[in-house]
Amino acid sequence: MTETAYIVGAFEHPTRKAETKSTAQLHAEVAYGALQDAGLTHDDIDGYFCAGDAPGMGGLSMIDYMGLRKLRHYDTTESGGSSYVIHVGHAVEAIMAGKCNVALITLAGRPRAEGMQTGTAVRSFGSGVPDEPFELPYGRTIATMHAMVATRHMYQYGTTSEQLAWIKVAASHHAQHNPHAMLPKVVTVEDVVNSPMVADPLHRLDCCVISDGGGALIVARPEIAKSLRRPLVKVRGWGEAYKHQSAGAIDLTYSAAAMSGPMAFEKAGVKPADIKYASIYDSFAISVLVQLEDLGFCEKGQGGRFVQDGGLISGVGKLPFNTDGGGLCNNHPSNRGGMTKVIEAVRQARGEAHPKVQVPNADLVLANGKGGNLGTRHGCGTVILERV
Amino acid sequence: MATMAFDRTPSAPQESPDNKPYWDGAREGKLILGRCNDTSKFFHYPRHVSPFTLSNNVEFVQAKGTGTIYSWSVARGKEPYAVAYVQLDEGPIMLTNIVNCDLDALACGQKVKVTFRATEENGAPVPMFEPA
Repeated sequence: MTETAYIVGAFEHPTRKAETKSTAQLHAEVAYGALQDAGLTHDDIDGYFCAGDAPGMGGLSMIDYMGLRKLRHYDTTESGGSSYVIHVGHAVEAIMAGKCNVALITLAGRPRAEGMQTGTAVRSFGSGVPDEPFELPYGRTIATMHAMVATRHMYQYGTTSEQLAWIKVAASHHAQHNPHAMLPKVVTVEDVVNSPMVADPLHRLDCCVISDGGGALIVARPEIAKSLRRPLVKVRGWGEAYKHQSAGAIDLTYSAAAMSGPMAFEKAGVKPADIKYASIYDSFAISVLVQLEDLGFCEKGQGGRFVQDGGLISGVGKLPFNTDGGGLCNNHPSNRGGMTKVIEAVRQARGEAHPKVQVPNADLVLANGKGGNLGTRHGCGTVILERV
Repeated sequence: MATMAFDRTPSAPQESPDNKPYWDGAREGKLILGRCNDTSKFFHYPRHVSPFTLSNNVEFVQAKGTGTIYSWSVARGKEPYAVAYVQLDEGPIMLTNIVNCDLDALACGQKVKVTFRATEENGAPVPMFEPA
């Protein structure tokens, strides 16, 4: 098989509320953490990847702030919370094309310290956004837009609130072992369906947390990866895809993962059944359900049955997911969960997840990110990682 | 138990030369759809470019103003309101609010008809839907 590139460094910021740190500082701290993890130094970085959370014009201010001296490749692909998963694929391609040797990817933000009402406030992306005049007057929020995906899924496939609740229950079973998790308490299906309704049919506990923090990844060419002392985690497959409103031909039952997933599986030459662990973007429980189906872990419409009765709990179910507690219980730094999805997948592949949730011999793992609005415009990135 | 939708005043839509025919229509109580003359397909939201071919061979036509609820949610708060995707009889699905309704009785497939609501700061009225 063709040599691709390896994830040699991964670091998740331990903070969940960064009142005394700037966003730029958080970016730099996670970059340093990932370099330390990899056993590389500042001047080894010759590729830099960041997205819309980086303050300044694209990443130029962060390049300046961090004093990156050896850059020869730079990519600011912005796809919301999935950006960093997509960046992994772009970094691999850049390395394979000889554009850089060591790529740094950073994410950081502090919506919690800033008091942001991420999911329940009507938010605009600014002036001149062509679709917003047709949405903002209606008071649409991130929560209502995701909720409509759930409503339709329930209508079309008979999915239930109790089935959706199992996703949170599984995340909470994992979060209890994570000392940094914002919601470390194990919850039951009853706890979820009895929590206040935020946007029908989504309850408060069907939604992710709002947290500060960030994370970073280092992707390196094979020769460099093999010279380091960390377990070898190869990027075996990757894919990216974008979905929109199709000029009104809206179908809320699937995400762009229905396209990015098959791309990644084809590159990797493996099937969904081969995957031992999956990090699935969990802004809301319904996001997870739709992506599981789209990635081929179960048939379209069968996600409810797949996740119920502990289907996603490590050591219990068919497909252990988000063993750090995910966005639903652990953190969702900068309202963008893709970075932490890759980081936990790397931990699993290395065998460095918490022993209570580590999947035995997790030599083939997947991370999927979804960024933007599940019901309208979004991008998905899928990566398949192999411990070699 | 019935929960009547809160009759919120929508924010004014940001108008531009690109979307002007839609809001001009709304001021006359007409719901406007885009139509691509290259493909004879309707589209929403209306724009001066065909999202099917990228040509400017488009026109703005009046929709019947009737449709069915494709999906819905209720933003719960002190003043609950319903956000929905309504499939127009012409085909396209549009984001909207369902008003004059019992929020506890909304359902996919429910028949609805257009009604216009005034917006803040004398902005263009926006199309909403109520049970037909």
